Amino acid sequence: MSLEVRNVSRSFDGKQAVNNISFFAEPGEIIGILGTSGSGKSTVLRAISGLDRGYDGDIAINGNVEKEIQDTTGFIFQEPRLFPWLTVLDNVTFGLKGDKKDKIARAKVYLKNVGLDESGGLYPRQLSGGMAQRVAIARALVTSPEILLLDEPFSALDAFTKMQLQDLLLDVWKEYQSTIVLVTHDIDEAMYLCNRIIILRGQPGELHKEIKIKEPRPRNRASKQLAAYKAEILESLDLNVKTS
Amino acid sequence: MKHKGELTSTVVVTNRINEKKGERTKRDFRGGEALILGSIIPIALVIVWEILSRIGVFPAYQLPAPTTILETIRGMAQDGSLWNHIGITTFRVFLGFVFGTIAAIILGSLVGFYKRAEQLFDPMIQAFRSIPSLAWVPLFILWMGIGEPSKVTMIAVGVFFPVYLNLVSGITGVDRKLIEVGKMYGLNTFQLIKRVILPAALPSFLVGLRSGLGLGWMFVVAAELMGASKGLGYLLVLGQNTLSPETIIASIILFAIIGKLSDWILKLVEKRALRWQDSLVQS
Repeated sequence: MSLEVRNVSRSFDGKQAVNNISFFAEPGEIIGILGTSGSGKSTVLRAISGLDRGYDGDIAINGNVEKEIQDTTGFIFQEPRLFPWLTVLDNVTFGLKGDKKDKIARAKVYLKNVGLDESGGLYPRQLSGGMAQRVAIARALVTSPEILLLDEPFSALDAFTKMQLQDLLLDVWKEYQSTIVLVTHDIDEAMYLCNRIIILRGQPGELHKEIKIKEPRPRNRASKQLAAYKAEILESLDLNVKTS
Repeated sequence: MKHKGELTSTVVVTNRINEKKGERTKRDFRGGEALILGSIIPIALVIVWEILSRIGVFPAYQLPAPTTILETIRGMAQDGSLWNHIGITTFRVFLGFVFGTIAAIILGSLVGFYKRAEQLFDPMIQAFRSIPSLAWVPLFILWMGIGEPSKVTMIAVGVFFPVYLNLVSGITGVDRKLIEVGKMYGLNTFQLIKRVILPAALPSFLVGLRSGLGLGWMFVVAAELMGASKGLGYLLVLGQNTLSPETIIASIILFAIIGKLSDWILKLVEKRALRWQDSLVQS
Protein backbone atom coordinates (compact mmCIF):
# COMPACT_ATOMS: atom_id res chain seq x y z
CA MET A 1 0.00 0.00 0.00
CA SER A 2 1.23 3.47 -0.70
CA LEU A 3 1.27 6.16 1.89
CA GLU A 4 1.17 9.86 1.27
CA VAL A 5 1.69 12.57 3.85
CA ARG A 6 0.69 16.00 2.57
CA ASN A 7 1.48 19.24 4.40
CA VAL A 8 1.04 17.80 7.85
CA SER A 9 1.48 20.20 10.75
CA ARG A 10 0.70 19.65 14.39
CA SER A 11 0.75 21.96 17.38
CA PHE A 12 0.26 21.18 21.04
CA ASP A 13 -1.26 23.97 23.14
CA GLY A 14 -0.28 26.60 20.60
CA LYS A 15 3.29 25.40 20.32
CA GLN A 16 4.08 23.92 16.96
CA ALA A 17 5.76 20.50 17.00
CA VAL A 18 6.03 19.79 13.28
CA ASN A 19 5.51 22.08 10.35
CA ASN A 20 4.41 21.23 6.86
CA ILE A 21 5.75 17.72 6.42
CA SER A 22 5.14 15.99 3.10
CA PHE A 23 6.48 12.72 1.75
CA PHE A 24 5.38 9.75 -0.25
CA ALA A 25 6.08 6.08 0.39
CA GLU A 26 5.84 3.57 -2.45
CA PRO A 27 4.23 0.22 -1.64
CA GLY A 28 6.82 -2.02 0.00
CA GLU A 29 9.25 0.76 0.72
CA ILE A 30 11.01 1.24 4.05
CA ILE A 31 11.10 4.90 5.00
CA GLY A 32 13.17 6.11 7.91
CA ILE A 33 12.36 9.29 9.77
CA LEU A 34 15.48 10.52 11.44
CA GLY A 35 15.98 13.53 13.64
CA THR A 36 17.22 14.75 16.96
CA SER A 37 14.87 14.61 19.91
CA GLY A 38 12.11 17.18 19.81
CA SER A 39 12.05 17.33 16.01
CA GLY A 40 8.59 15.77 15.94
CA LYS A 41 9.41 12.32 14.54
CA SER A 42 6.96 10.49 16.75
CA THR A 43 4.34 13.17 16.19
CA VAL A 44 4.36 12.43 12.48
CA LEU A 45 4.10 8.70 13.12
CA ARG A 46 1.20 9.07 15.53
CA ALA A 47 -0.60 11.19 12.97
CA ILE A 48 -0.13 8.50 10.33
CA SER A 49 -1.38 5.81 12.70
CA GLY A 50 -4.59 7.66 13.52
CA LEU A 51 -3.88 7.63 17.26
CA ASP A 52 -3.57 11.39 17.01
CA ARG A 53 -6.17 13.16 14.91
CA GLY A 54 -5.44 16.74 15.84
CA TYR A 55 -3.14 17.49 12.93
CA ASP A 56 -3.61 19.72 9.93
CA GLY A 57 -3.01 18.45 6.42
CA ASP A 58 -3.84 15.13 4.80
CA ILE A 59 -2.62 11.61 5.15
CA ALA A 60 -3.66 9.28 2.34
CA ILE A 61 -3.33 5.53 2.45
CA ASN A 62 -3.62 4.08 -1.04
CA GLY A 63 -5.06 7.40 -2.13
CA ASN A 64 -7.84 7.48 0.51
CA VAL A 65 -7.64 10.36 2.94
CA GLU A 66 -8.72 9.09 6.38
CA LYS A 67 -8.07 10.23 9.91
CA GLU A 68 -9.40 7.09 11.59
CA ILE A 69 -7.28 4.17 12.71
CA GLN A 70 -7.05 1.66 9.87
CA ASP A 71 -7.20 -2.12 10.22
CA THR A 72 -4.39 -2.38 7.75
CA THR A 73 -1.97 -0.40 9.89
CA GLY A 74 0.24 -1.98 12.52
CA PHE A 75 2.20 -0.10 15.17
CA ILE A 76 5.24 -1.23 17.11
CA PHE A 77 5.96 1.03 20.06
CA GLN A 78 9.18 1.90 21.76
CA GLU A 79 8.21 -0.32 24.68
CA PRO A 80 6.71 -3.78 24.15
CA ARG A 81 3.38 -2.71 25.70
CA LEU A 82 2.28 -6.29 26.23
CA PHE A 83 -0.84 -6.93 28.26
CA PRO A 84 0.56 -8.33 31.50
CA TRP A 85 -2.52 -10.42 32.23
CA LEU A 86 -2.32 -12.34 28.94
CA THR A 87 0.16 -15.05 28.05
CA VAL A 88 2.54 -14.49 25.16
CA LEU A 89 0.25 -16.45 22.86
CA ASP A 90 -2.85 -14.52 23.94
CA ASN A 91 -0.99 -11.27 23.49
CA VAL A 92 -0.23 -12.20 19.91
CA THR A 93 -3.81 -13.26 19.15
CA PHE A 94 -5.15 -10.09 20.78
CA GLY A 95 -5.80 -8.20 17.55
CA LEU A 96 -7.04 -11.17 15.54
CA LYS A 97 -10.68 -11.82 14.83
CA GLY A 98 -12.49 -15.01 13.99
CA ASP A 99 -12.20 -18.64 14.95
CA LYS A 100 -10.11 -19.37 18.02
CA LYS A 101 -8.26 -22.30 16.50
CA ASP A 102 -7.25 -20.31 13.43
CA LYS A 103 -6.10 -17.45 15.60
CA ILE A 104 -3.88 -19.70 17.69
CA ALA A 105 -2.46 -21.46 14.66
CA ARG A 106 -1.65 -18.13 13.07
CA ALA A 107 -0.12 -16.72 16.23
CA LYS A 108 2.09 -19.78 16.55
CA VAL A 109 3.47 -19.25 13.06
CA TYR A 110 4.47 -15.71 13.92
CA LEU A 111 5.89 -16.66 17.29
CA LYS A 112 8.04 -19.15 15.45
CA ASN A 113 9.12 -16.40 13.08
CA VAL A 114 10.43 -14.34 15.96
CA GLY A 115 12.00 -17.41 17.57
CA LEU A 116 9.64 -17.74 20.50
CA ASP A 117 7.59 -20.80 19.60
CA GLU A 118 8.48 -22.38 22.96
CA SER A 119 7.40 -19.42 25.04
CA GLY A 120 3.71 -19.10 24.16
CA GLY A 121 2.57 -20.03 27.65
CA LEU A 122 4.72 -17.55 29.53
CA TYR A 123 3.50 -14.29 31.00
CA PRO A 124 5.17 -11.01 29.99
CA ARG A 125 6.82 -10.64 33.39
CA GLN A 126 8.80 -13.79 32.67
CA LEU A 127 10.35 -12.36 29.50
CA SER A 128 13.56 -10.44 29.01
CA GLY A 129 13.41 -7.06 27.28
CA GLY A 130 14.44 -8.50 23.92
CA MET A 131 11.96 -11.36 24.12
CA ALA A 132 9.15 -8.99 25.07
CA GLN A 133 9.91 -6.76 22.10
CA ARG A 134 9.94 -9.80 19.83
CA VAL A 135 6.47 -10.69 21.09
CA ALA A 136 5.39 -7.13 20.33
CA ILE A 137 6.74 -7.54 16.81
CA ALA A 138 4.86 -10.80 16.38
CA ARG A 139 1.71 -9.16 17.70
CA ALA A 140 1.98 -6.32 15.19
CA LEU A 141 2.77 -8.63 12.25
CA VAL A 142 0.16 -11.28 12.92
CA THR A 143 -2.61 -9.10 11.50
CA SER A 144 -0.57 -8.76 8.28
CA PRO A 145 -0.53 -4.98 8.32
CA GLU A 146 0.08 -3.46 4.94
CA ILE A 147 1.53 -0.40 6.58
CA LEU A 148 3.79 -0.97 9.54
CA LEU A 149 4.74 1.95 11.77
CA LEU A 150 7.67 1.63 14.13
CA ASP A 151 8.46 4.17 16.83
CA GLU A 152 12.07 3.65 17.91
CA PRO A 153 11.27 -0.03 18.34
CA PHE A 154 14.75 -1.20 19.24
CA SER A 155 16.07 1.78 21.16
CA ALA A 156 15.71 0.19 24.59
CA LEU A 157 17.60 -2.97 23.62
CA ASP A 158 21.26 -3.85 23.84
CA ALA A 159 23.37 -3.63 20.68
CA PHE A 160 23.34 -7.34 19.86
CA THR A 161 19.65 -7.91 20.39
CA LYS A 162 19.06 -4.81 18.35
CA MET A 163 20.98 -6.10 15.33
CA GLN A 164 19.27 -9.45 15.61
CA LEU A 165 15.82 -7.86 15.61
CA GLN A 166 16.72 -5.54 12.73
CA ASP A 167 17.55 -8.59 10.66
CA LEU A 168 14.35 -10.21 11.82
CA LEU A 169 12.41 -7.17 10.66
CA LEU A 170 14.08 -7.35 7.23
CA ASP A 171 13.23 -11.05 6.94
CA VAL A 172 9.63 -10.38 7.72
CA TRP A 173 9.56 -7.43 5.34
CA LYS A 174 11.00 -9.56 2.52
CA GLU A 175 8.24 -12.06 3.02
CA TYR A 176 5.26 -9.73 3.40
CA GLN A 177 6.43 -6.58 1.57
CA SER A 178 4.68 -4.21 3.96
CA THR A 179 5.26 -0.51 3.61
CA ILE A 180 7.27 0.46 6.67
CA VAL A 181 7.77 3.82 8.32
CA LEU A 182 10.48 3.69 10.96
CA VAL A 183 11.14 6.50 13.39
CA THR A 184 14.58 6.35 14.88
CA HIS A 185 17.43 8.41 16.23
CA ASP A 186 19.93 5.72 15.39
CA ILE A 187 21.70 6.62 12.14
CA ASP A 188 23.19 3.15 11.67
CA GLU A 189 19.81 1.55 12.09
CA ALA A 190 18.24 3.87 9.54
CA MET A 191 21.01 3.23 7.01
CA TYR A 192 20.89 -0.51 7.49
CA LEU A 193 17.13 -0.83 7.08
CA CYS A 194 15.75 1.97 4.94
CA ASN A 195 15.29 2.68 1.25
CA ARG A 196 14.95 6.34 1.97
CA ILE A 197 15.72 8.46 4.99
CA ILE A 198 13.79 11.61 5.75
CA ILE A 199 15.60 14.02 7.98
CA LEU A 200 13.60 16.29 10.25
CA ARG A 201 15.30 19.28 11.73
CA GLY A 202 14.56 22.26 13.89
CA GLN A 203 11.87 23.15 16.36
CA PRO A 204 9.19 22.90 15.09
CA GLY A 205 10.47 20.03 13.00
CA GLU A 206 10.60 20.57 9.26
CA LEU A 207 11.56 18.24 6.48
CA HIS A 208 15.17 19.06 5.82
CA LYS A 209 16.35 16.46 3.37
CA GLU A 210 15.55 13.14 1.80
CA ILE A 211 18.41 10.72 1.33
CA LYS A 212 18.07 7.67 -0.85
CA ILE A 213 20.19 4.71 0.25
CA LYS A 214 21.04 2.90 -2.96
CA GLU A 215 23.06 0.08 -1.38
CA PRO A 216 21.57 -3.32 -2.22
CA ARG A 217 20.52 -5.59 0.63
CA PRO A 218 21.88 -7.40 2.54
CA ARG A 219 23.93 -4.42 3.57
CA ASN A 220 27.18 -4.57 5.40
CA ARG A 221 26.92 -2.56 8.57
CA ALA A 222 30.58 -1.57 8.34
CA SER A 223 30.85 -0.83 4.62
CA LYS A 224 32.54 2.26 3.23
CA GLN A 225 29.46 3.21 1.26
CA LEU A 226 27.34 3.33 4.39
CA ALA A 227 30.06 5.35 6.08
CA ALA A 228 29.80 7.91 3.29
CA TYR A 229 26.03 8.09 3.81
CA LYS A 230 26.60 8.50 7.50
CA ALA A 231 28.83 11.50 6.92
CA GLU A 232 26.16 13.05 4.72
CA ILE A 233 23.46 12.42 7.32
CA LEU A 234 25.53 13.77 10.17
CA GLU A 235 26.23 16.88 8.20
CA SER A 236 22.58 17.48 7.40
CA LEU A 237 21.56 16.88 11.02
CA ASP A 238 23.81 19.81 11.78
CA LEU A 239 24.49 18.72 15.34
CA ASN A 240 27.19 21.31 16.00
CA VAL A 241 24.93 24.25 15.48
CA LYS A 242 22.27 22.74 17.66
CA THR A 243 24.41 22.17 20.71
CA SER A 244 26.09 25.57 20.63
CA MET B 1 10.85 -16.44 38.68
CA LYS B 2 12.44 -15.57 35.40
CA HIS B 3 12.44 -17.91 32.50
CA LYS B 4 16.10 -18.66 31.99
CA GLY B 5 17.37 -19.37 28.49
CA GLU B 6 15.85 -21.60 25.87
CA LEU B 7 15.13 -25.27 26.19
CA THR B 8 17.46 -27.17 23.95
CA SER B 9 16.97 -30.85 24.70
CA THR B 10 14.79 -33.19 26.66
CA VAL B 11 17.61 -33.77 29.10
CA VAL B 12 17.59 -30.15 30.02
CA VAL B 13 13.81 -30.24 30.34
CA THR B 14 13.79 -33.15 32.78
CA ASN B 15 16.63 -31.56 34.68
CA ARG B 16 14.65 -28.42 34.95
CA ILE B 17 11.58 -30.27 36.11
CA ASN B 18 13.56 -32.05 38.79
CA GLU B 19 15.08 -28.79 39.78
CA LYS B 20 11.63 -27.29 40.06
CA LYS B 21 10.41 -30.15 42.22
CA GLY B 22 13.39 -29.72 44.48
CA GLU B 23 12.69 -26.04 44.69
CA ARG B 24 9.09 -26.66 45.58
CA THR B 25 9.76 -29.10 48.42
CA LYS B 26 12.38 -26.74 49.71
CA ARG B 27 9.90 -23.91 49.66
CA ASP B 28 7.27 -26.02 51.40
CA PHE B 29 9.77 -26.90 54.03
CA ARG B 30 10.63 -23.27 54.44
CA GLY B 31 6.90 -22.52 54.75
CA GLY B 32 6.68 -25.11 57.51
CA GLU B 33 9.66 -23.58 59.21
CA ALA B 34 8.06 -20.17 59.07
CA LEU B 35 4.86 -21.64 60.53
CA ILE B 36 6.76 -23.17 63.44
CA LEU B 37 8.72 -19.97 64.07
CA GLY B 38 5.57 -17.90 63.94
CA SER B 39 3.73 -20.12 66.43
CA ILE B 40 6.41 -20.23 69.12
CA ILE B 41 5.45 -16.98 70.84
CA PRO B 42 1.64 -17.43 70.71
CA ILE B 43 1.89 -20.97 72.08
CA ALA B 44 4.26 -19.89 74.82
CA LEU B 45 1.94 -17.03 75.75
CA VAL B 46 -1.06 -19.35 75.93
CA ILE B 47 0.85 -21.76 78.16
CA VAL B 48 1.97 -18.96 80.48
CA TRP B 49 -1.60 -17.63 80.55
CA GLU B 50 -2.95 -21.07 81.44
CA ILE B 51 -0.44 -21.49 84.27
CA LEU B 52 -1.00 -18.00 85.65
CA SER B 53 -4.78 -18.53 85.58
CA ARG B 54 -4.47 -21.90 87.32
CA ILE B 55 -2.37 -20.54 90.17
CA GLY B 56 -4.77 -17.65 90.54
CA VAL B 57 -2.70 -14.67 89.35
CA PHE B 58 -5.50 -13.77 86.94
CA PRO B 59 -8.86 -13.89 88.72
CA ALA B 60 -11.26 -16.18 86.85
CA TYR B 61 -14.01 -13.54 86.75
CA GLN B 62 -11.71 -11.29 84.71
CA LEU B 63 -9.48 -13.53 82.63
CA PRO B 64 -10.43 -17.20 82.60
CA ALA B 65 -7.93 -19.86 81.57
CA PRO B 66 -7.64 -20.87 77.91
CA THR B 67 -9.00 -24.30 78.75
CA THR B 68 -12.11 -22.71 80.24
CA ILE B 69 -12.64 -20.74 77.07
CA LEU B 70 -12.20 -23.84 74.93
CA GLU B 71 -14.65 -25.61 77.18
CA THR B 72 -17.17 -22.81 76.62
CA ILE B 73 -16.79 -23.09 72.85
CA ARG B 74 -17.10 -26.87 73.04
CA GLY B 75 -20.23 -26.55 75.15
CA MET B 76 -21.82 -24.21 72.65
CA ALA B 77 -20.83 -26.48 69.80
CA GLN B 78 -22.47 -29.41 71.59
CA ASP B 79 -25.81 -27.75 72.19
CA GLY B 80 -25.73 -26.39 68.65
CA SER B 81 -26.00 -22.72 69.55
CA LEU B 82 -22.45 -22.10 68.29
CA TRP B 83 -23.33 -22.92 64.69
CA ASN B 84 -26.41 -20.78 64.99
CA HIS B 85 -24.39 -17.76 66.11
CA ILE B 86 -21.63 -18.25 63.57
CA GLY B 87 -24.15 -18.90 60.81
CA ILE B 88 -26.20 -15.77 61.37
CA THR B 89 -23.14 -13.52 61.72
CA THR B 90 -21.50 -14.91 58.59
CA PHE B 91 -24.79 -14.59 56.74
CA ARG B 92 -25.09 -10.92 57.69
CA VAL B 93 -21.54 -10.18 56.61
CA PHE B 94 -22.07 -12.08 53.39
CA LEU B 95 -25.27 -10.21 52.50
CA GLY B 96 -23.78 -6.85 53.40
CA PHE B 97 -20.64 -7.66 51.46
CA VAL B 98 -22.62 -8.62 48.37
CA PHE B 99 -24.86 -5.54 48.47
CA GLY B 100 -22.00 -3.17 49.25
CA THR B 101 -19.90 -4.65 46.47
CA ILE B 102 -22.71 -4.48 43.91
CA ALA B 103 -23.36 -0.84 44.74
CA ALA B 104 -19.63 -0.10 44.59
CA ILE B 105 -19.27 -1.80 41.21
CA ILE B 106 -22.19 0.12 39.70
CA LEU B 107 -21.19 3.52 41.02
CA GLY B 108 -17.46 2.88 40.69
CA SER B 109 -17.72 1.88 37.04
CA LEU B 110 -19.88 4.89 36.24
CA VAL B 111 -17.50 7.27 37.97
CA GLY B 112 -14.43 5.55 36.54
CA PHE B 113 -15.62 5.52 32.94
CA TYR B 114 -17.58 8.72 32.58
CA LYS B 115 -16.08 12.08 33.38
CA ARG B 116 -19.58 13.52 33.78
CA ALA B 117 -20.54 10.87 36.33
CA GLU B 118 -17.35 11.57 38.23
CA GLN B 119 -18.20 15.24 38.43
CA LEU B 120 -21.74 14.39 39.50
CA PHE B 121 -21.15 11.69 42.10
CA ASP B 122 -17.60 11.74 43.30
CA PRO B 123 -17.65 14.91 45.43
CA MET B 124 -20.77 13.66 47.21
CA ILE B 125 -19.34 10.20 47.80
CA GLN B 126 -16.10 11.69 49.08
CA ALA B 127 -18.09 13.84 51.48
CA PHE B 128 -20.02 10.82 52.74
CA ARG B 129 -16.77 8.97 53.15
CA SER B 130 -15.57 11.46 55.72
CA ILE B 131 -18.50 10.59 57.98
CA PRO B 132 -17.35 7.84 60.35
CA SER B 133 -19.59 5.03 59.16
CA LEU B 134 -20.62 4.02 62.67
CA ALA B 135 -22.32 7.40 62.99
CA TRP B 136 -25.02 6.05 60.69
CA VAL B 137 -26.05 3.44 63.24
CA PRO B 138 -28.74 5.43 65.09
CA LEU B 139 -30.24 6.67 61.86
CA PHE B 140 -30.45 3.21 60.33
CA ILE B 141 -32.07 1.85 63.47
CA LEU B 142 -34.56 4.68 63.40
CA TRP B 143 -35.37 3.97 59.75
CA MET B 144 -35.28 0.22 59.66
CA GLY B 145 -35.61 -0.95 63.24
CA ILE B 146 -33.17 -3.30 64.88
CA GLY B 147 -33.95 -6.19 62.56
CA GLU B 148 -31.82 -7.56 59.76
CA PRO B 149 -32.22 -4.72 57.23
CA SER B 150 -30.48 -2.13 59.38
CA LYS B 151 -27.60 -4.52 60.17
CA VAL B 152 -27.06 -5.56 56.59
CA THR B 153 -27.23 -1.93 55.45
CA MET B 154 -24.61 -0.97 58.03
CA ILE B 155 -22.26 -3.66 56.79
CA ALA B 156 -22.92 -2.77 53.17
CA VAL B 157 -22.01 0.86 53.89
CA GLY B 158 -18.76 -0.30 55.45
CA VAL B 159 -17.92 -2.56 52.53
CA PHE B 160 -18.92 -0.01 49.91
CA PHE B 161 -16.21 2.59 50.42
CA PRO B 162 -12.99 0.59 50.11
CA VAL B 163 -14.38 -1.35 47.13
CA TYR B 164 -15.60 1.81 45.43
CA LEU B 165 -12.40 3.80 45.98
CA ASN B 166 -10.12 1.02 44.80
CA LEU B 167 -12.25 0.27 41.77
CA VAL B 168 -12.29 3.92 40.70
CA SER B 169 -8.56 4.34 41.18
CA GLY B 170 -8.00 1.06 39.33
CA ILE B 171 -10.05 2.18 36.35
CA THR B 172 -8.69 5.70 36.15
CA GLY B 173 -5.14 4.46 36.66
CA VAL B 174 -5.05 2.12 33.65
CA ASP B 175 -1.93 2.70 31.59
CA ARG B 176 -2.82 4.93 28.64
CA LYS B 177 -0.20 3.11 26.61
CA LEU B 178 -2.10 -0.16 26.84
CA ILE B 179 -5.29 1.60 25.82
CA GLU B 180 -3.46 2.88 22.73
CA VAL B 181 -2.52 -0.67 21.80
CA GLY B 182 -6.19 -1.63 22.04
CA LYS B 183 -7.12 1.33 19.85
CA MET B 184 -4.54 0.36 17.25
CA TYR B 185 -6.43 -2.93 16.91
CA GLY B 186 -9.64 -1.06 16.26
CA LEU B 187 -11.40 -1.90 19.53
CA ASN B 188 -14.51 0.16 20.27
CA THR B 189 -15.20 1.64 23.68
CA PHE B 190 -17.05 -1.40 24.97
CA GLN B 191 -14.35 -3.79 23.81
CA LEU B 192 -11.68 -1.53 25.30
CA ILE B 193 -13.44 -1.67 28.66
CA LYS B 194 -13.86 -5.42 28.54
CA ARG B 195 -10.50 -6.41 27.15
CA VAL B 196 -8.13 -3.76 28.48
CA ILE B 197 -9.54 -1.58 31.24
CA LEU B 198 -11.26 -4.21 33.39
CA PRO B 199 -8.38 -6.69 33.45
CA ALA B 200 -5.98 -3.85 34.19
CA ALA B 201 -8.18 -2.61 37.05
CA LEU B 202 -8.65 -6.08 38.52
CA PRO B 203 -5.72 -6.06 40.98
CA SER B 204 -6.87 -2.82 42.54
CA PHE B 205 -10.47 -4.07 42.67
CA LEU B 206 -9.41 -7.23 44.50
CA VAL B 207 -7.45 -5.21 47.04
CA GLY B 208 -10.66 -3.24 47.59
CA LEU B 209 -12.66 -6.43 48.06
CA ARG B 210 -10.28 -7.68 50.72
CA SER B 211 -10.23 -4.51 52.72
CA GLY B 212 -14.01 -4.24 52.24
CA LEU B 213 -14.45 -7.68 53.74
CA GLY B 214 -12.28 -6.70 56.70
CA LEU B 215 -14.48 -3.68 57.32
CA GLY B 216 -17.54 -5.89 56.92
CA TRP B 217 -16.42 -7.96 59.91
CA MET B 218 -15.81 -4.81 61.89
CA PHE B 219 -19.26 -3.51 61.15
CA VAL B 220 -21.05 -6.72 61.94
CA VAL B 221 -19.71 -6.42 65.48
CA ALA B 222 -21.03 -2.89 65.75
CA ALA B 223 -24.37 -3.91 64.25
CA GLU B 224 -24.77 -6.87 66.58
CA LEU B 225 -23.63 -4.93 69.63
CA MET B 226 -26.45 -2.46 69.25
CA GLY B 227 -29.17 -5.06 69.39
CA ALA B 228 -29.38 -8.65 68.33
CA SER B 229 -30.69 -11.89 69.72
CA LYS B 230 -28.26 -14.06 67.80
CA GLY B 231 -24.77 -13.84 66.43
CA LEU B 232 -21.22 -13.56 67.70
CA GLY B 233 -21.69 -9.90 68.51
CA TYR B 234 -24.67 -10.85 70.65
CA LEU B 235 -22.39 -13.27 72.53
CA LEU B 236 -20.16 -10.32 73.37
CA VAL B 237 -23.08 -8.46 74.92
CA LEU B 238 -24.32 -11.59 76.61
CA GLY B 239 -20.90 -12.22 78.13
CA GLN B 240 -20.77 -8.67 79.43
CA ASN B 241 -24.26 -8.84 80.95
CA THR B 242 -23.79 -12.25 82.54
CA LEU B 243 -20.29 -11.43 83.80
CA SER B 244 -18.74 -14.31 81.90
CA PRO B 245 -15.49 -13.19 80.26
CA GLU B 246 -15.03 -16.68 78.78
CA THR B 247 -18.02 -16.08 76.48
CA ILE B 248 -16.58 -12.74 75.37
CA ILE B 249 -13.15 -14.16 74.67
CA ALA B 250 -14.64 -17.20 72.95
CA SER B 251 -16.57 -14.86 70.68
CA ILE B 252 -13.45 -12.79 69.96
CA ILE B 253 -11.52 -15.91 69.05
CA LEU B 254 -14.31 -17.09 66.77
CA PHE B 255 -14.35 -13.71 65.04
CA ALA B 256 -10.63 -14.00 64.48
CA ILE B 257 -10.93 -17.48 63.01
CA ILE B 258 -13.85 -16.78 60.65
CA GLY B 259 -12.44 -13.43 59.63
CA LYS B 260 -9.12 -14.99 58.75
CA LEU B 261 -10.84 -17.84 56.95
CA SER B 262 -12.94 -15.55 54.77
CA ASP B 263 -9.90 -13.41 53.96
CA TRP B 264 -8.00 -16.54 53.05
CA ILE B 265 -10.74 -17.50 50.57
CA LEU B 266 -10.51 -14.08 48.92
CA LYS B 267 -6.75 -14.38 48.88
CA LEU B 268 -7.04 -17.66 47.01
CA VAL B 269 -9.33 -16.01 44.47
CA GLU B 270 -6.85 -13.17 44.15
CA LYS B 271 -3.96 -15.54 43.65
CA ARG B 272 -5.81 -17.38 40.92
CA ALA B 273 -6.95 -14.22 39.17
CA LEU B 274 -3.59 -12.50 39.36
CA ARG B 275 -1.24 -15.33 38.42
CA TRP B 276 0.22 -12.98 35.84
CA GLN B 277 1.35 -10.41 38.37
CA ASP B 278 4.94 -9.73 39.16
CA SER B 279 4.72 -9.65 42.90
CA LEU B 280 3.08 -12.48 44.76
CA VAL B 281 -0.06 -11.63 46.66
CA GLN B 282 0.68 -10.01 49.99
CA SER B 283 -0.88 -11.71 52.95
